[in-house]
Amino acid sequence: MKRAVVALATLCFSILAGSSAHSSSGWGPDVTHFTLANGLEVVVIPDRRTPVITHMVWYRVGAADETPGKSGLAHFLEHLLFKGTKKNPQGLFSQTVATIGGAENAFTSSDYTGYFQRTSRDRLKLMMEFESDRMTNLVLTDDVVKPELQVILEERNSRVENNVNARLSEQMEAALYLNHPYGKPVIGWRHEMEGLTREDALEFYRRFYTPNNAILIVAGDVTPDEVKKLAEETYGRVPRVTEVKPRVRPQEPRQEAPRTVTLSDPRVTQPSLSRYYLVPSYTSGRPGEAESIDILTHILGRGANSRLYQKLVVEAGLAVSAGATYYGTSLDATRLGVYATPKPGTSLTQVEEAIDAVLAELVEKGVTQEELERSRNRLIADAVYAQDSQSSLARWYGASLTTGLTIEQIRSWPDRLRAVTVDDVKNAAKQALDKRRSVTGYLIRQAGSRDDRS
Amino acid sequence: MSLIVAALVALCVPASATKIERVVSPGGIEFWFVRDATVPLVSIEFAFRGGAVQDPDDKMGLAEMTVSTLDEGAGDLDGTAFHARMERSAIELQIRASREHVRGTLRTLKENQDEAFNLLRLALNEPRFDSSAVERIRSQTVSALQRQSTNPNSISSRAWWASAFPNHPYGRPVSGTLESVALVTPDDMRDYARRVLARDNLKIGVVGDIDAATAGRLIDQTFGKLPAKAQLKPVPEVKMQGLGGRTVVDLNVPQAVVNFGGRGIARNDPDFMAAYIVNHILGGGSFSSRLYREVREVRGLAYGVNTSLMWFEHAAVMAGGTATRSDATGETIDVIDAEFRKMAAEGPTEEELTKAKTYLKGSFALNLDTSTKIASQLVQMQVDNLGIDYIERRSAMIDAVTPADARRVAKRLLDGGLLVTIVGKPKGVTTRPPGG
Repeated sequence: MKRAVVALATLCFSILAGSSAHSSSGWGPDVTHFTLANGLEVVVIPDRRTPVITHMVWYRVGAADETPGKSGLAHFLEHLLFKGTKKNPQGLFSQTVATIGGAENAFTSSDYTGYFQRTSRDRLKLMMEFESDRMTNLVLTDDVVKPELQVILEERNSRVENNVNARLSEQMEAALYLNHPYGKPVIGWRHEMEGLTREDALEFYRRFYTPNNAILIVAGDVTPDEVKKLAEETYGRVPRVTEVKPRVRPQEPRQEAPRTVTLSDPRVTQPSLSRYYLVPSYTSGRPGEAESIDILTHILGRGANSRLYQKLVVEAGLAVSAGATYYGTSLDATRLGVYATPKPGTSLTQVEEAIDAVLAELVEKGVTQEELERSRNRLIADAVYAQDSQSSLARWYGASLTTGLTIEQIRSWPDRLRAVTVDDVKNAAKQALDKRRSVTGYLIRQAGSRDDRS
Repeated sequence: MSLIVAALVALCVPASATKIERVVSPGGIEFWFVRDATVPLVSIEFAFRGGAVQDPDDKMGLAEMTVSTLDEGAGDLDGTAFHARMERSAIELQIRASREHVRGTLRTLKENQDEAFNLLRLALNEPRFDSSAVERIRSQTVSALQRQSTNPNSISSRAWWASAFPNHPYGRPVSGTLESVALVTPDDMRDYARRVLARDNLKIGVVGDIDAATAGRLIDQTFGKLPAKAQLKPVPEVKMQGLGGRTVVDLNVPQAVVNFGGRGIARNDPDFMAAYIVNHILGGGSFSSRLYREVREVRGLAYGVNTSLMWFEHAAVMAGGTATRSDATGETIDVIDAEFRKMAAEGPTEEELTKAKTYLKGSFALNLDTSTKIASQLVQMQVDNLGIDYIERRSAMIDAVTPADARRVAKRLLDGGLLVTIVGKPKGVTTRPPGG
């Protein structure tokens, strides 16, 4: 269950028939991109080092596209995709993957749902046959749906109900997004999950699972020509089920006042504090905005050299941990998070004041050239390291393409980071770090007045 | 001094171009090496024998705290300066303690390899253990331990290991306890580092865009001045205890966490491969195991259920876990128990055996598709003493397991009963002593 970020799609997905684009500039291996006649987009990412492939299908649908009142459905359907078709009954696909020594899994976020297998290169066509079959031929009975509903309820138990931090962040997300469906948990609200039916799943399936709403990504020991041939023989035969409109979600109104959420639970042994700011994503933002926020977040709170860690943990000794996060790969507006856990004897109020002071200083004075370059280099190195793993590359491409980015944008990311200036970062900080557009969450042991947060 | 390069062995069949070389550096340090110039990076993994079992009895958590402090200041660099140098060059260094090892990984862009190895050298050879750094690590450790004290997964795991190996280092928590970590001093850490980070104790794997001679030189610079010999306290042989017992720890959570397991098998036991296959069929294969089918698919009782073999120098276990709602915990444990008994009595079917073998042979390649994974395999093969040609021999070893072997070993492995710990509010499940 991932919370990937989804961007506002204002463009119709134009169908390119026949021609393939070859991207040979920018970071990473040369990538080939083409579209089949039925609308399926295909991306090929070569890595010839070892005779292994990563085969992924990404659907442009996620939790944020669910019908109101049916949260958890996109993720539930992901589970149900494993329940078989007429041609390939339940269990056959997974048994086959296991028998051939492959690995498989699937995942759902707010913006996309993905399915993948990793196998030896000679099994690619077999994987395509199975995966293309379940794209539109799923068969479901109540006998398989009912136990799987229990499974996702247990998954919710594991991920959320048993975990105090997860319970708080779930409430914080709901508070950050009053109107936008990102406020719903991908796993779903329990009371809505309990009511999900076989009919709900099939209706959702028919609405979104069609080749013209999907991207096939194959990475590893393959050539583009091989993939094209095999894709046409398998996926190429899948008819379009429906047209899919561009995804337009209800947007957030302007936030006028800071919001807070306080969760108390006897299992909390140490209080902690986090805050989410609503900020643009790579897709929803203006050019350069998300890049600046990425660098801002790094300087602010990634790693031991960041401002929050240095000030709160090392210098003042107020906190045991402190940092920042930014999920920039998102169709719509996303969040920049800051967090800290106070040392015993330090109150949440003190820690919050210290965080606010760090943020205020950055907004007022900006960042140094040295910080900018150090952060930029570190981020760009991620792109080099990702090339070592075909699966990492495949996921990078899949998440970006299903949230409104293009291949050219993916490959030019390091260059766009290089274009960011200290003024850009300062402006991004001023825009983003506005407490009026934030939710602050407090995790405490016992409910009480605000002053008891110590 | 010359560089000794021996025993080139093919990594995969059919061959890609990569081969494993056993290299001895000019200074006499052995490392296993794979040259791969596809991506301009270098990835190394190393392991020192020792780990948490070397903690003094009253200072559990010492190993983990020590290795966490190695990069909090070394040589002339304090913690902040050390981290700044790492980040400026995008160097990734992680050092962790497990029960029996200190394991580290270093990843660097090729252009920064000299700096990367230099910083690793400082961390291993000249850690400062400044008191401010030690206190920072201590408070982070304490914070983590406090969180774990109300986390059902941690509580269950600790209880299981303590019951399995009472009065033995294997039963002690690697992270220590709130009492024990309070007692750790910088001198304790210096002592630990001196005793454990030694050259005769060390296994190394190097993968990436680097040649053997350069790698040898950098290995010597990094590890060459460590003490020649480790000073390890001996760890007694021991067998897992508590079989048949159930321990319930009450905690107010909606989902009960369950740990279950029994005695395992030594890595160098002739029956190891048969046991590995039986484990895969019973609970090791993620979507294809018997437990997955019976607990999750058929009954919807849990999101995850699995088993795995774990082996140490003086004992071995087969350990598993699951989590399920309070009113279904009893049923879940009964189902797991029944599956263990069934497998012990009958062994796997021939079809299951054939499929498991094909899986285990074919899936190994998936462990070798990134530099870091290959480096990790190179170290594990050395730690387990499998031989440099292990990858080539592995398929034949798997094929050699007959149905009769599988039945015999299933009985041997699974017949002893299970030690089960449950944390939560499991309805109708109570503590009972071993042998029950």
